[in-house]
Amino acid sequence: MNGLAAQAGARSGTPESRVLSGQPSLVGETLLEARDIGKRFGGVQALKAVSLTIRRGEIYGLIGPNGAGKTTLFNVFTGLYPRDSGEVIFAGQSLRLESPHIVAAAGIARTFQNIRLFGNMTARENVMVGRHVRTRCGVFGAILRTAGQRAEERAIRGRADDLLRYVGIADRADSLARHLSYGDQRRLEIARALASEPQLLALDEPAAGMNATETAALRTLIEGLRADGLTILLIEHDVKLVLGLCDRVAVLDYGEKIAEDVPEVVRADPRVIEAYLGTGTH
Amino acid sequence: MKGRVLSRREVIGLVAIAAALLALPFVLASVGTAWVRITNFAVLFVLLSLGLNIVVGFAGLLDLGYIAFYAVGAYTYALLASPHFNVHLPFWVILPIGAGLACTAGVILGAPTLRLRGDYLAIVTLGFGEIVRIFMNNLSNPVNITNGPKGITLIDPFRIGDFSFSARSELFGLTFSGPIKYYYLLLVVLLCVIVINLRLQDSRIGRAWVAIREDEIAAKAAGINTRNIKLLAFAMGASFGGIAGGMFSAIQAFVSPESFILNESIMVLAMVVLGGMGNIWGVIAGALLLSFMPEVLRYSVEPMQKALFGRMLVDPEVLRMLIFGFALVLTMRFRPAGLWPETRHRREMSENRR
Repeated sequence: MNGLAAQAGARSGTPESRVLSGQPSLVGETLLEARDIGKRFGGVQALKAVSLTIRRGEIYGLIGPNGAGKTTLFNVFTGLYPRDSGEVIFAGQSLRLESPHIVAAAGIARTFQNIRLFGNMTARENVMVGRHVRTRCGVFGAILRTAGQRAEERAIRGRADDLLRYVGIADRADSLARHLSYGDQRRLEIARALASEPQLLALDEPAAGMNATETAALRTLIEGLRADGLTILLIEHDVKLVLGLCDRVAVLDYGEKIAEDVPEVVRADPRVIEAYLGTGTH
Repeated sequence: MKGRVLSRREVIGLVAIAAALLALPFVLASVGTAWVRITNFAVLFVLLSLGLNIVVGFAGLLDLGYIAFYAVGAYTYALLASPHFNVHLPFWVILPIGAGLACTAGVILGAPTLRLRGDYLAIVTLGFGEIVRIFMNNLSNPVNITNGPKGITLIDPFRIGDFSFSARSELFGLTFSGPIKYYYLLLVVLLCVIVINLRLQDSRIGRAWVAIREDEIAAKAAGINTRNIKLLAFAMGASFGGIAGGMFSAIQAFVSPESFILNESIMVLAMVVLGGMGNIWGVIAGALLLSFMPEVLRYSVEPMQKALFGRMLVDPEVLRMLIFGFALVLTMRFRPAGLWPETRHRREMSENRR
């Protein structure tokens, strides 16, 4: 698996491996800008006016202690939770956050902290579902099996196989998703997310529960994704992985952004150290 | 997915099945015309089960009021082709209208219930099914639309020009009775419905349905507009129910609210579950099994008891529910995914063997 990931990383950048839709020419421009995002659950203010900016082509890390609001922010960005205040500008346009499928169509794809695959579908079918938002064929096309529908199905299938190869699990294409190993399930979830041709890939704790080898392979995969021009938002508990991988890191604590900078600066920030370790003065 | 050339054995098998299905009504008619009728009703239940399978099997939405769509189709046909309003439209006009109305009813039921899942959805759909039946029962006052509990009689049979599906006719030296003609018609409709189901299953829409069943949140995040796709499942399932209802109306020549009680909804659901939710062939088998079982019992229990004990000990009706319940319990205990589970599960078995 390690080898496959390395292979995927090595192949990236060559023209024939362009299975992704990232736009390397725009690297450095602002892709996503969140302004004053607020979210309250009953009496708990989960997010307090969080603002952050993600640039194209970077790996942006989001860290913070448990309950800091990382996943909540994620769910707001991807339309799963309605926000109470604030707005998100994505690729130069105000992002309508009412519904996850609109967000997916706009170009943000995500994975889940506890893997959410379609367990009784094959790996290939899982990725094919990811193509839904970029394909159009409806009921009548399907019933009549029109030439257009057949061509679209072939394209969906071809793209799904490409993506499975890209993440290194092509040999498991016909296995049911729930029969894949943990690491392969993570990869499959990434492949499904990539199928919607995102500009921003949001990974919610992708290394959770992985051993050192799997984490190393995942790291290679994420670096390969970036090399192919994709922008990545990464929530991670594994601070070593985040600080080693990310270009910039934001730290959330009690729903507030307490730091945002390159990893070296964030690591030395006294407020970050306090959030993670406490002040030690009690 | 790709066009695949059938092997010789498959061709022979298909020809044999086709020949058997074509010859079946004549074999049954030699036993008794009643059996042809029973077969026709069994095919109607297969149509219903296939429709419900889209909602329950594919999209995973538990619907306990499915028979309501059957009722809508049946009453649409009854009202537009009977002396009741003295309207006599041809069936190829009414069946699409019935399917359309049932489809609308499906959307009306689906739209407010989209946020509900599992048990809650089941309760609401159950209520909906009852509402439709009670409507049919009471829409006789002050304006008589449905003729209330008395039902609508003398409903026209299907007719194409002078060719009526209920009359006896001679063709190629064979006698085709009404039920036999309906049998062939039902067979054609069934074939179409099976093809439509198979094609839907293996399409972008079919995958979206299964994705919603498997994990709705993930399906949303993967870009599926779950609201529309669920509504589509309700609408498609209801349309099939409406078509089946129209045919029921014509074959029976009589409809009354009694045909659309909750028991019927549960029966259709039991067919889907027993056969194997989501697997088209399993659902067909389940529907045939549960349609024929009571009839076989009806004709066998009495003589068998007389032969064994010299008199009737248990009424076949009582025995029927007993066996039916027992069969369901056994199925759920030993084959929780149904007698013929979805191909995905089968694939999983063969994968384990490898």
